[in-house]
Amino acid sequence: MDAKEIIARRVARELRDRTLVNLGIGLPTLVACYVPEEISVAFQSENGIIGFGAPPPEGMEDPHLTDAGGGFISALPGAMSFDSATSFALIRGGHLDMTVLGGLQVDAKGLLANWMVPGKLVPGMGGAMDLVAGAKRVVVAMQHTAKGKPKIVEALSLPPTAARRVSLVVTELAVIEPTEDGLVLRERAPGVSVEEVVANTSAPLIIQGDVLEMPIAS
Amino acid sequence: MMRLAISPQAAAALVPDGASVMFGGFMGVGTPERVIDALVARGARGLTLICNDTATPTCGVGKLIEAGCVTRVRASHIGTNPSTQKKMIAGEIEVELIPQGTLAERIRAGGSGLGGVLTPTGVGTIVAEGKQIVEVDGRPFLLEKPLRADFAMLRAHEADYHGNLTYRLTAANFNPVMAFAADNVIAEADEIVPVGVIPPDSVRTPGVLVHHLIRRPQ
Repeated sequence: MDAKEIIARRVARELRDRTLVNLGIGLPTLVACYVPEEISVAFQSENGIIGFGAPPPEGMEDPHLTDAGGGFISALPGAMSFDSATSFALIRGGHLDMTVLGGLQVDAKGLLANWMVPGKLVPGMGGAMDLVAGAKRVVVAMQHTAKGKPKIVEALSLPPTAARRVSLVVTELAVIEPTEDGLVLRERAPGVSVEEVVANTSAPLIIQGDVLEMPIAS
Repeated sequence: MMRLAISPQAAAALVPDGASVMFGGFMGVGTPERVIDALVARGARGLTLICNDTATPTCGVGKLIEAGCVTRVRASHIGTNPSTQKKMIAGEIEVELIPQGTLAERIRAGGSGLGGVLTPTGVGTIVAEGKQIVEVDGRPFLLEKPLRADFAMLRAHEADYHGNLTYRLTAANFNPVMAFAADNVIAEADEIVPVGVIPPDSVRTPGVLVHHLIRRPQ
């Protein structure tokens, strides 16, 4: 199982029955592949749909039915579409139960940076700033390090996406919950020691008792 | 009120160099491609683009960037079009990045006679720089000003000769809000149907907002 699959499977366990969830482009979209069978989740895409499903078979795509990354999707029974202002009223207005976003950095205060690297890469924030400001829960799904460098840092060196503390960070090594007191190490991945997590993290981690092994959806 | 259906070339001729133009679309989905091709063919220059994203160099508004028609972009995301980034770094294009939900609301405000909107999105980030913070019941909000343009170029599914428009699935995106926010509104539809064919409840953009339709391909 590669890092991305571990992360997506663990994030999938955060999904709750009968909730509305937005998945960011990239790694977060993989979460949709591992929704536990016993629950029903409606996925929203910020370009204007609730209730989309997997890409249709080749040749059956609809050019007017895509996700926020421009990829073809299908509409499940009960799906509905809407314009961008409505889409962001759902996001900003507290109607979205959870969003899963990728991250470049998360710091000791639980702040997320995920939209630009000054002077290098300026893709833009797209819907990320609204999602972090407005969703009830913000789960960051990202690899623990980038080119060997920790992405969980003492203080952000990149511009923050919002002033709000994110709810949970899931990596291929650990599950970390930002709290008022700091980053709490909740779980470690199977076969990964607490020391290994600490060595790959440059922010202080609060470790309380035994750190549980990450349950991964099958 | 009957609307004239004009050719894409005639529509492109209405847009003077230096004009500000809103384009519906999200990664090229729901974008009036025939109008864009005509603007490229006319060799338009100095345009200000207001759109969600700049798609790719060969798709949607990306074609205008590639052809050198644009000097200013106001969008939420430019990451899928390397040309936009390259021209931004080279100083050929000025880019203002706006959170997607804020972009939708600024356009909505511009089209509905509001003096702006108060949003929590962007508080505590670069986006807040130079903007007024308004506290409401103890919560900080950014005052985001209305946004209008000289032209709005829309892509609809059906149009009738009164200018009434429908949209399909995720191709609606920014089109319905932009219809309110420009001095000249031009709609390119997949189909133009006789007046009376579109049920009143299905009309999503009232025809009174639309000045011209684009003629069906000959």
